[in-house]
Amino acid sequence: MNIWYYANPERFAGLARTLLPWTLGLALILAAIGTVWGLLIAPPDYQQGEAMRIIYVHVPAAWMAMFVYAVMAVSSAIAFIWNHPLADVAAKASAPIGAVFTALALVTGMLWGEPMWGTWWVWDARLTSVLILFFLYIGYIVLWSAIEEPARAARAARILALVGAVNLPIIKFSVDWWNTLHQPASVFRMDGPTMAPEMLTPLLIMGLAYNLLYVAILFMRMRAEIAERRLRTIRLGLEPAAS
Amino acid sequence: MTLQSFLEMGGYAAFVWPAWGLSLAALAVLTLVSWRWMRRAERLAATSSSDPGTNPAAPAPSEPVD
Repeated sequence: MNIWYYANPERFAGLARTLLPWTLGLALILAAIGTVWGLLIAPPDYQQGEAMRIIYVHVPAAWMAMFVYAVMAVSSAIAFIWNHPLADVAAKASAPIGAVFTALALVTGMLWGEPMWGTWWVWDARLTSVLILFFLYIGYIVLWSAIEEPARAARAARILALVGAVNLPIIKFSVDWWNTLHQPASVFRMDGPTMAPEMLTPLLIMGLAYNLLYVAILFMRMRAEIAERRLRTIRLGLEPAAS
Repeated sequence: MTLQSFLEMGGYAAFVWPAWGLSLAALAVLTLVSWRWMRRAERLAATSSSDPGTNPAAPAPSEPVD
């Protein structure tokens, strides 16, 4: 606990309290800018027309779907190695946020697929692996609530989060490894983005807004979780409340 | 660009607007639910740790715990 000053849950809750208004405020400002830019200023695509504007809500949601899972997996690994409760709290608090981002990526993708591909859904590698990601989130959430004893629930949840992480590279490279209707990466590429800057800029702004919103909601949910754990400890009479 | 042509989204209104609307709605609901959970949990933890009935070592109720 002396090594990582903010690894103390109460100290972390204090830090989260300070940073929450900044992250949430910046997320809302960037989301407003990204919305105006994406819907009004950015040009329509020469092939897809105005339908392409779905990209500004689809791609950030898909990025965050994977990013949040990566956070969950890393936190679970840390929880395993150092057995620190705050890492479990971070992973547990992330799961519902990641599930919402994944659901949004799937639904906005369907709304984009129907006019562009002529179908809401195909069982190809990209779409199927993202659907599996969604089920991993749901399974993770269910595990926490299904196992009564917190230590056992934490252990099971860590294992699921780590095993499920193999799905992340599959999602990322699915568009390269298999035939798919889904277009290949055009932003995070080894040779740099291939997207036009007029579209890339609002996309990155929305991406940053989504990321900051995740951090803000993560702070809220971690604070809630820390408070609930403290409450449980107080009720069990294990801790002098004035500490 | 007129308001009507903006709302029509080049004929893709039925896809663009639900995608944006659902994204906004879902993230707003998630934010609000998380916010309310945080407030409720922290208030509950603060009141029960300052409740002398449950713990004699607790500080006076007027003193905020955190």
